Amino acid sequence: MTVDELRAALRGVPDPDWLATALDRVAAEPATIARFFPAVGRRCGRDDLPDLPGWTADEAARALLLASLPADHAGQAETLYRTGDAAEKRAVLKALPLLPIGAAGVPLLHDAIRTNDTRLVAAALGPYARQLDPPAWRQAVLKCVFTGVPLAAVADLDARADGELAAMLAALAAERRAAGRSMPADATELLDRLTAASQPEPREV
Amino acid sequence: MRIFDPHIHMTSRTTDDYERMAAAGVRAVVEPAFWLGQPRTSVGSFTDYFDSLVGWEPFRAGQFGIRHHATIALNPKEANDRRCRPVLDELPRYLEKDGVVAVGEIGYDSMTPEEDDVFAAQLALAVAHDLPAMVHTPHRDKVRGVERSLAVVAESGIAPERVVLDHLNEMTVKLVRDTGCWLGFSIYPDTKMSPPRMVELLKAYGTDRMLVNSAADWGRSDPLLTRATGEAMLLAGFTDDDVDRVLWRNPVEFYGQSGRLDLTDDDLTEPTFAGNSILRGGS
Repeated sequence: MTVDELRAALRGVPDPDWLATALDRVAAEPATIARFFPAVGRRCGRDDLPDLPGWTADEAARALLLASLPADHAGQAETLYRTGDAAEKRAVLKALPLLPIGAAGVPLLHDAIRTNDTRLVAAALGPYARQLDPPAWRQAVLKCVFTGVPLAAVADLDARADGELAAMLAALAAERRAAGRSMPADATELLDRLTAASQPEPREV
Repeated sequence: MRIFDPHIHMTSRTTDDYERMAAAGVRAVVEPAFWLGQPRTSVGSFTDYFDSLVGWEPFRAGQFGIRHHATIALNPKEANDRRCRPVLDELPRYLEKDGVVAVGEIGYDSMTPEEDDVFAAQLALAVAHDLPAMVHTPHRDKVRGVERSLAVVAESGIAPERVVLDHLNEMTVKLVRDTGCWLGFSIYPDTKMSPPRMVELLKAYGTDRMLVNSAADWGRSDPLLTRATGEAMLLAGFTDDDVDRVLWRNPVEFYGQSGRLDLTDDDLTEPTFAGNSILRGGS
C-alpha cells in the first residue's frame, strides 16, 4: 500500500475539497491534525473503498492525513491513537506501515492486541506487525482464532507461522474437540499446512 | 416496533440486556455520560469512561445489531467536587468525536453555585461545538429545578429545539412544553414515570417533541420499558405510526440535529465477524 494508491482511491469521496484542504493544512501546520482527524468520518464517509480492498474511506483519509505530516509521525500517531475513538485508533494502526517511524509504533500494536475489540486486533495484524516479536505475534494470531477474526486479516501469515504456532493451534484444536466445539475452518487449514510442512519427506523405497 | 432508546446507561448493563433489547425491537441507543454510583476522584477515571463510551461500548452494542451513540459531559453531582472540575478542559476533544451527538447529562442535582457554573459552561460548549444539549432535571425540588434549568438554558442562547429536559413528570411537563424544548420521560419500575402515566401524558400533550427512554442504569431499572410503553400506547388506541413517532422518529429528529447520527443499515443489521469476541464470551 502506498500513499499514492490511497490518494487515488479517495477521488470519489463526498467532500474532496475538505480533504484536500485538510491535507494541505496538516502539511503546513501539523497541530491542526488534532482538529481534522475526528471529523474525517463525517466528511469523507465510512464506506468500503471499491478500489482499495480492506480499506474504508475514513481509514484511508486518516492514513493520508498522518502521512502528510512533515515530521514527528511517531509522536502524532501515538497521540491520535491514545485520544482516538475506535475508528480513529483503527486508522492509526492501518497507517503505521506508511509512516517513517521504524519500530516506534509497536506499543500501539500491543495496546490494540490487548483489547477485545476485534476490529482493532485485526488492524494491528497488517503489514506493520512484522515489527512484533515472534511470541507477541503468535499470541495475536491465536487471539484471532479465539475471537473469530478471519486469518486473512493477518499479513505474512504463512511466511511467519512456525512450529511453535502450530503447537499452540494443535492444543487449541484438542481443547475445542474435548469441549465438543469446532475450530474456525481457516485455522484448521493453517494447522494442516503447518503439519504437512513439518513432516519429513517420504523416503523412496 | 422499532425502538430508539434516547437515554440508557449500557455500561452498567449486561449482554443479556442487549440480547433482550434487540429481541424487543431496540435498534439504536444514546448513552449519556453520568455518575457511576461510586464518586470519581480524578480526571483520568473520567477520560477512561468517556473513551469507553466512544470505543468499547459501541462495539459491544454492535454485536447485537444495536447502534450506539453517546453524550459527553461532567454530570451535575460530580460538578460539586473540585477534583473533577478539570474534566471540563477535556471535554472539547470528545465533543468532536463522530459518535457524540450531544453535550450531556448536564443540569442540576442540588442546585449549588458550583452546579450553576458547570451547567452554564457546558451549554456554552454545546453552542461552540454545534451540538444539542441533554439536561438532567433534579429529583429533589424538581419543579424549581426545572424552572431554574429553563432560565439557564434561555440565558445561554442555545436554540430551545436543540435542548431536551429529561426525567419530567406530571408536575413539570407543562413548564417545558411551552418553551419549545424537547421533553424527556424516563420510564421506571417504580419511580420517575410509568407506562400508563406516560400514555396519559401523550393523550394530554400529543406526541410532538416527546422522548421516551428507559434511563436504565446500575439501579433498579428495566431496559424494556420503552417497548412496554409502546404496547401501552397501542392498547390505549394510539396508532402504529404514533408509536413509531415517539419511539423512533422523535429521537432520530432530536439527536439528528448533531449531524452525526449514523443509522446506516449496515450498522443496524450486519451480524459481522466482529461479534464473536462477545457472543462467544471473550478471549
